[in-house]
Amino acid sequence: MSKVSRQEIRFSGFGGQGIILSGQIVGKAATIFDNKYATLTQNYGPESRGGSCSVHLVVSEKPVLFPNVIDPSVQLLMSQEAFNKYYSAAPGGLVTLIDEDLVQPSGEVPSTGLLAIPATRIAGELGRKIVANIVMLGSFAAATSVVSEQALRQAIQSSVPRGTEELNTEAFNRGYRFAQELLRTAGP
Amino acid sequence: MSEKSPLSGVFFMTGDTACAEGAISAGCRFFAGYPITPATEIAERMAERMPQISGTYVQMEDEIASMNAVLGASWAGVKAMTATSGPGFSLMMENLGLGIMTETPCVLVNVQRGGPSTGLPTLVAQADMMQARWGSHGAYEIIALSPNSPQELFFLTIRAFNLSEKYRTPVLIMTDEVVGHMTERVVIPPHKNIARYARRKPQVPPGEFLPYKGSDDLVPPMANAGDGYRIHMTGLTHDERGYPDTTAEAQGRLIRRLIDKIQTNKDDIIEVEEDQLDDADVAICSYGISARVALLPIEQARQEGIKVGLLRLITVWPFPEEHVRRVAKNVKAIVVPELNNGQIALEVERCVAGAARVIPVPHMGGDIHQPQDILDAIHRGAK
Repeated sequence: MSKVSRQEIRFSGFGGQGIILSGQIVGKAATIFDNKYATLTQNYGPESRGGSCSVHLVVSEKPVLFPNVIDPSVQLLMSQEAFNKYYSAAPGGLVTLIDEDLVQPSGEVPSTGLLAIPATRIAGELGRKIVANIVMLGSFAAATSVVSEQALRQAIQSSVPRGTEELNTEAFNRGYRFAQELLRTAGP
Repeated sequence: MSEKSPLSGVFFMTGDTACAEGAISAGCRFFAGYPITPATEIAERMAERMPQISGTYVQMEDEIASMNAVLGASWAGVKAMTATSGPGFSLMMENLGLGIMTETPCVLVNVQRGGPSTGLPTLVAQADMMQARWGSHGAYEIIALSPNSPQELFFLTIRAFNLSEKYRTPVLIMTDEVVGHMTERVVIPPHKNIARYARRKPQVPPGEFLPYKGSDDLVPPMANAGDGYRIHMTGLTHDERGYPDTTAEAQGRLIRRLIDKIQTNKDDIIEVEEDQLDDADVAICSYGISARVALLPIEQARQEGIKVGLLRLITVWPFPEEHVRRVAKNVKAIVVPELNNGQIALEVERCVAGAARVIPVPHMGGDIHQPQDILDAIHRGAK
C-alpha cells in the first residue's frame, strides 16, 4: 500500500456528537466531489448516545482493499477517552485535532502534531453546540489536504438538515479560520 | 431524479442502505421486519422509501411474524424482503422452512453480528453460515450470497430477488456488520438497465394447473392469490396439487425435487471470483468481508514472492464444490479466513478431501482479521 495514494483518518468521540456524520461528510467529499475512493467503517457500542464511537476512513486514489485504519495520518478526537486511547506523544507524521473544551491533554504535549480547537465553545457562540463537529471539520480542512476545501463545503451542504446550511457553513468557516491562525502563529 | 422513484446515480452510501435500494431496484414493494442492530438501517430506509413508491412497510411484533408476513406478501404477488441479525435470524428459521416447503420467492438478509444469543449487538461476525445452510429443520437446499462491499450488496440484493423468483425459493443474503455499516461509492444504474426476473405464471387453464409440479427445470410456475387459480399452501408434505400427502413416497418425490431444483441448476446459481489463481501455490478461499480483508495479505505475500491467489465465494450456498476441487488440484494449501471458529473451512475440507492442506484462520468476530494472521497462515501454507 503506497502511503501517497492511501490516507487514513480516525474520528473518535462519544455517540451523539456527530462523529459518524463527520466521517460521512469527509468520505462523501472525497468520493462524490473529489472523485477519489473512500471507505468508511464505524465502531460503536449498544448505547445510541454517550458510548464511545469511532470512525475509520480510508481515502485513496485507488479502490480501498483493507477497510480499517492501520497507520492514520490525521485524527479528530472529541473525548478524553479517545485522546487517552489514541494520542501519542511521539506522533511521527500524525496530525491530531482535539476539541480542547472536551479534552485535557496530559503529560508532555509536543507543540507539533497537535491542534487544539475550542470547537464546543465556538459552536456555543453560534448558538448550537451540536455543530462542534462541523467546526472541527473546518479546522481539519485548514490543517490537512486529504480532501479539497471546496469538496468538503459541498459535502457539508448536501449532508446537513435543510435549514441549517448557513449555521453549518459559519461553523465550518470559524473552525477553518481558527486553525489557519493557529498554524500561522505556530509557524511551519 | 426524485427520491420518489428507484434511485440512479453515484452515492456515498452504507451497505445497509444500498441493500434497501437494491431491493427497490429489483422491484421489492413489501418489507416486514423488526429492527435489530446492525440491520436496522435497512428497515429504516425501507420505512422511508416504501410509502414513496406505493410499497408497504410493516413493523411487525417480532421476527417470527416478519418472516410469515413476507411469505404472505409473496403469495399475493409482491416481491418481499425482510432483514435481521443474530437472534432475529434464529427466530426466522421456522418460517424460512415454511418458505422452502411452499416454494415461496422472497429475500431474507442477515447482517451478521457476534453470537450466540445477544452476543455482540454492534460488532461483526460471520458465524451464522452453517445456520444459513441447516438452521431450519428438515432436508433442503438453500441459496445464500455473500457480498464484500456496499456496491456488491446492492447488486447481490437484485440477484437474490431474481434467483428467488427463478427457483421459487427464499434466498439468503449473508452479509455482515462491517459491510452493512461500511460507507463507500455506490453506483446505481438507470432503472431500465436493471434486469428483473418476472415470476413464471401458469400457462394452462385454472382447472389443469398443478401448483407444485416442476417444469423441465424442476421449478413449478406460480399463480398469485387472486389470479383465478386454486391455491393451497401447507407446511405438510404435499402432492403436486398442494394437498397433504404424508407418505414416504410423497416425501421422497417432494424433497428430492426441492433439493434437485437447486442442485441441478448450480451452474446458474453459483458465482465466484477467482483472482491470481493461475500460478498460485497457496489459495485463499473466503467470502464477504473476510475475503476482502485477505486482499491485503495476498498483496503482501505476492511482494515477498509467494504465489497466492483468491477464490472468493460470492455464492456460498449451494457450495461451489467444483471450484474448490479445481483449485485444490493446483495448490499446496488452501487458507480459509472467516469470522467464526471454522464453518466454511469444513466444507472446503470436505471438497478438497486431502488433495491440499486446508488451513483455517478462525477469528471469533468483534472485529475483522488482523492481516498479519492471514499472512502467517499463507506462510505456513507455502512451506
